[in-house]
Amino acid sequence: MAIRTAVNRALTEITALPTAAALVDGNLTLLKTLTADNSANLTFVNGTNDVVFDNTYEKYVFKFIDTSIRSNTEKLGFNVSIDSGSNYNVAKTSTAFRAYHGENDSGGVLQYYGDDDLAQGTGLQPIHHGGNSDADSCISGELTIFNPSSTTFVKHFIMKTNNNNSSTNSQVLHIAGYANTTSAVDAIIFQANTGNIDGTIKMYGVGPKQ
Amino acid sequence: MSLIKYNNRSIKDLTTTPAAAGGNTGALVHIKTLTASGDSTLNFVNGASGVVLDDTYPIYKVEYINLHPSNDGDYLRINFSIDTGSNYNVEKTTTHFYAYHNEGDASGFSYDTASDISGTGDATIAPSVGNDNDQAFSGSMFLFNPSSTTFVKHFISTINEAHSDNLTVQTNNAGYINSTSAVDAIKFVYTSGTIDSGKIKLYGIKDA
Repeated sequence: MAIRTAVNRALTEITALPTAAALVDGNLTLLKTLTADNSANLTFVNGTNDVVFDNTYEKYVFKFIDTSIRSNTEKLGFNVSIDSGSNYNVAKTSTAFRAYHGENDSGGVLQYYGDDDLAQGTGLQPIHHGGNSDADSCISGELTIFNPSSTTFVKHFIMKTNNNNSSTNSQVLHIAGYANTTSAVDAIIFQANTGNIDGTIKMYGVGPKQ
Repeated sequence: MSLIKYNNRSIKDLTTTPAAAGGNTGALVHIKTLTASGDSTLNFVNGASGVVLDDTYPIYKVEYINLHPSNDGDYLRINFSIDTGSNYNVEKTTTHFYAYHNEGDASGFSYDTASDISGTGDATIAPSVGNDNDQAFSGSMFLFNPSSTTFVKHFISTINEAHSDNLTVQTNNAGYINSTSAVDAIKFVYTSGTIDSGKIKLYGIKDA
């Protein structure tokens, strides 16, 4: 008589999900985690350091986890590249609105925020505004980029972050727009307009592989 | 007595990961992708073409990826059904606000009474989408507990679009389907033309 046993150890050799399972998996797939420690920037470049940023997924999400800046004059932002990171200078048009409320109960304001939008700007798209370099200050939130590998459409992005700014406000910032290019976007950079950054940024692919 | 060991090949026929191994609580489960090609409407109907839109999941998520209209300035709208798609005419009350910014640096932030709805007609998700070759809209919508027979059904949509006036518009639309009948189908339609191209994906979000 044969005795069949299956124990946890029997599964330890699995290195990847079966294809059939992956096809129905709509989860976030963690592609890369980068941690800044007084760093000039963080970059995710397709094909470099195991980063996938192509047509493998139709949607990518970047999560900011306690990302911070080094001085109150800094502003964290992102830019994208169509040449594998050689240049980060794609034209972007975006909208921005924010709500803020102070620790002293001031504010309570909702407004369009022209300081953080772009009109065909090729520089950094701001991620937050009014940074705070206090030791406990940081920025958290996420950025979604749709179909970056398209060679037909502009590339839409939608972002929502919260930060405690230099005026001791809690500030939620909604930014959305498009990278105005029909070339495939294959790299993204996160950096401050001046100075260095700290914290963690995670990159995910969303949904089933294409 | 023989001892049989299991290895990768032993589980090659798995179609889902075990809950204990996958930790899938709260996970998105891909249900259906619709790919547009000059369609007048696209629908997710519970029980049809592999679509699940019932009490299997407490929350459903719809993703729009580059929905491109055949007509310039067309409006992508949605409606819901409580009779498996025979009629899309459920009473809805919604809010609609947007921020815009054009490539010439003009901007605005406004509530849009022309795009909200209190009625049974189609609700606007993306107004006046451009149809230049590179223009479309992308975003997502959550639909909460559509199978409830106790509560109204809330939905929340956020999209970004390339507008027909060549500006970017961040549009937020939310509201409730004012029905205590189970919602079991959703319709997507461009008002005057067709959905030239793009994808609409339906996900379920697993309960705890």
